[in-house]
Amino acid sequence: MSAAATSASNSVERQQMSVDIVGIGFGPAMGGFLTTLSRNLLKQDGTPRFESAAAPGLPLQVICYERADGLAFGVSGAVTRARGIRASFPDVDLAQIPMAIPVGNEKLMYLLDPIGASRRSLGFRVADRIIRMLASAARRYDHAVELPFTPPFMQKSDGMIFSLGQFNQWVSEQVTSSGLIQLWPGMPASEPLTEGNAVKGIRLADQGVRLDGAPGEGFMPGMDVHAALTVVADGPVGAVGRQLDSRFGLPENHHQREWALGMKVVVELREDSGLETGTVLHTLGFPEPEIFGFLYVHPDRLASVGIFIPSWMRSPVRTAYRYLQHFMLHPYLWKHLQGGTLKSWGAKSLQESGRHGEPLLAGDGYARIGEGSGSTNVLAGSGVDEAWTTGVQLAEAVIELLEQKKPFTRENLEQAYVRRRRQSWVEAESRIAADSRNGFQYGVLPGMIGMAIAGLTRGRISLPDKSRPPCACTLSLEDVYGSRVPASELQEMQEDCALRGASLHDRIMDRCGWPDIPFDGRLLISHQDALLMGGSVQAPPGYSNHVIFVRPQLCESCEPKLCVEMCSGQAITRGEGGVPSFDREKCVYCGACLWNCRAGADREHGNVQFRAGAGGLHSAQN
Amino acid sequence: MSNVYHIIVCAGIVPDPLQTLEPLTTPAGPALKNESMLPAVLDPWAGHALYEASHLAAHAAGSKVWLVNAAPKAKLQQVMMNVAQKASFELVPVDTPANGFSDAHAVAGVLAAAIQSIAGLDRSRLLLFGGWESASRGAGVTMQLVGEQLGIVDQFQGVDQITIQADGSFEVLERVEGGRHMASVCQGPPALLGWATGNLPEPRNNPQIGMANMRSVMPALQKAKTAALPQDMVRYLSVTPPTQQRQTRIVKDRPSDEIAAELLEWIVED
Repeated sequence: MSAAATSASNSVERQQMSVDIVGIGFGPAMGGFLTTLSRNLLKQDGTPRFESAAAPGLPLQVICYERADGLAFGVSGAVTRARGIRASFPDVDLAQIPMAIPVGNEKLMYLLDPIGASRRSLGFRVADRIIRMLASAARRYDHAVELPFTPPFMQKSDGMIFSLGQFNQWVSEQVTSSGLIQLWPGMPASEPLTEGNAVKGIRLADQGVRLDGAPGEGFMPGMDVHAALTVVADGPVGAVGRQLDSRFGLPENHHQREWALGMKVVVELREDSGLETGTVLHTLGFPEPEIFGFLYVHPDRLASVGIFIPSWMRSPVRTAYRYLQHFMLHPYLWKHLQGGTLKSWGAKSLQESGRHGEPLLAGDGYARIGEGSGSTNVLAGSGVDEAWTTGVQLAEAVIELLEQKKPFTRENLEQAYVRRRRQSWVEAESRIAADSRNGFQYGVLPGMIGMAIAGLTRGRISLPDKSRPPCACTLSLEDVYGSRVPASELQEMQEDCALRGASLHDRIMDRCGWPDIPFDGRLLISHQDALLMGGSVQAPPGYSNHVIFVRPQLCESCEPKLCVEMCSGQAITRGEGGVPSFDREKCVYCGACLWNCRAGADREHGNVQFRAGAGGLHSAQN
Repeated sequence: MSNVYHIIVCAGIVPDPLQTLEPLTTPAGPALKNESMLPAVLDPWAGHALYEASHLAAHAAGSKVWLVNAAPKAKLQQVMMNVAQKASFELVPVDTPANGFSDAHAVAGVLAAAIQSIAGLDRSRLLLFGGWESASRGAGVTMQLVGEQLGIVDQFQGVDQITIQADGSFEVLERVEGGRHMASVCQGPPALLGWATGNLPEPRNNPQIGMANMRSVMPALQKAKTAALPQDMVRYLSVTPPTQQRQTRIVKDRPSDEIAAELLEWIVED
């Protein structure tokens, strides 16, 4: 937002509204919170159990705002043990939720590189050679081997495969059918309302503004929604949560430096795909050693297929979309996927610092739940169930405080909510997982060994934490590709791409032997087609740009521009003078630009601000 | 006569076309594959009608808008989360398995019955709005049938504009052949207007409107009357999706003449 726009925003008269509880962000955590809360708002005779303080005479006023224009927008794997979810719905067969199915056959696969273009360390190359020698005698060899067992800490064999979009949609139907809670999609919240150290509610985003945030035609200042309790569940890149972190800081020694970008497609498989419903495949080794992948088979011949690009992958060439296509084309997977049709596509940043990334969970007038509250278990690779459970815990705490007529102060919320969380399985398992990924700062193999040690010793032994901000970990092109491509040629490529406004990853990957993608118009399609065929990118008019390059002069000399290379929707491109250009009509809200910026004066935070905005990718099947 | 209107907007819901919709045959007749999984939206024609109604009511003090919506209740509840932020109305929900393959006569009967049950409705002030092609796969008959069942003889279809005159009459612009409008003047209500797209943009989401609407919408949904639709009024011999092609490229700084020439070539090939 420009200085003039900021001034106008601060001085304008705004509508005011008071409710008792306002929530921001509708995902699994908010689903757990509202599901539990809504079941406890009426007495047995059907009369309200709690009277509203904001609107005396009425029942408790609970309202939740969500940025996306629908509630079926989530993007996730998602395979989960669903312990918390099942506890909330003990009498419900969760398989009735569209696209949900119990986990059946679960495998951990090591994928070799059938192309020879992958950046494999000596250890991987030796392992590959041995595997190939042993496998050469086998009649069927798909450049993959099944590892003898899936480590217990990774297993989801008693769990469920979900589509997060369908799960969220189903939960929203349960919640709103009570008539006691209002859910409003398409309504981003721009900031928390604070007084001193207390949160007093949220400010909704201004509408009718220009891209720079200045008032435009039909200017409608965002309403201030005051509430005794603000429940923040806007995820790892949410505007409200991040501003709370900025204002109140993180607890001592906590950091949010570990991230990953998850990108997935939902594929309608051909009839004879050979994949059984309920199959869960975890993969490692390809397309790059640092990239983990998955394939989950839903009912009705649908499969979720995706990869994770971790922040500790040091290569500046890190395009998730092209890597995802090479992943699907791996012979072990392609034999199942060939002939399939892309039904949906999506991407999302995952906050992978786990317990180390936990913010202040509660303060005067607010509480944090879900992924943005550091609930993801980074050892098990599980976030949905943990997020759900933290929402349930907060709802139980809120009911307890309402019954005791206690205010939502920091002390009361810590006693009622944080205490519950600390005593739960979510906390116990997050402590085991806390340092499990430290090894990845040393490399892929040390990382996997470190995870195994931490998992098998229940967190008692782990490698030391050497974490650094993601942007500080990234190596230069010469460091990564210097052994394959002469430095002068790399320089030439970089300059040529800068001149043509093109991204660098395709040039480098082509040069290093990655083959062209054989587009078939059904499953293998261009990146821009994925935005069109994989859902619908919504960018309602009248909102400002939500991706801001704070100090453009810092971007001018930044090379390679990871924000461009990593952008999931190709919404960030090279602009004039070296400053990236942002097109909000292509932004899928993955948030990768936030943690892939190397240009910030403060490397912990980068030069990109990811603000509140409406819309994003909308697909019900992700 | 003062310009105070009782505006009823008839609406159905449709799946949000996030992906290519695939028709299939079920024991209950034609349906769309995975329709239950897709989010629903107010059908676009009816959405425009609602925004026009809201705009008209806002400029005619004392006027009121009812939204009569025939759809499965669970989906309707979901649709209200979006629509109720945009315009003030009183919801009259009818819980019925109506979809794009339902018979227009049957749907019209359900809508007419719901309208007749509205308490306090003043027929002398009644403007019946709806989408001109809603709930009939583009045939444009449903609203006409609703009007006939209610005995409303002044009917306009493909409406893009209504202008209220000082004497209480109003001018209506209807779409006709050749991209032109036919202008008619109607003495006053009751009248039926089947809307095309109108001229108004989609209103912004307004949280205060949403909050006010929901206080009546949720109780109305919980008390929604159910209505069955006869299954034997129409028989489909076959249903096929429209053919479509998509080729996407990013092209920068290309002259518009070249783009037009390429499009022409592509159309000729097709």
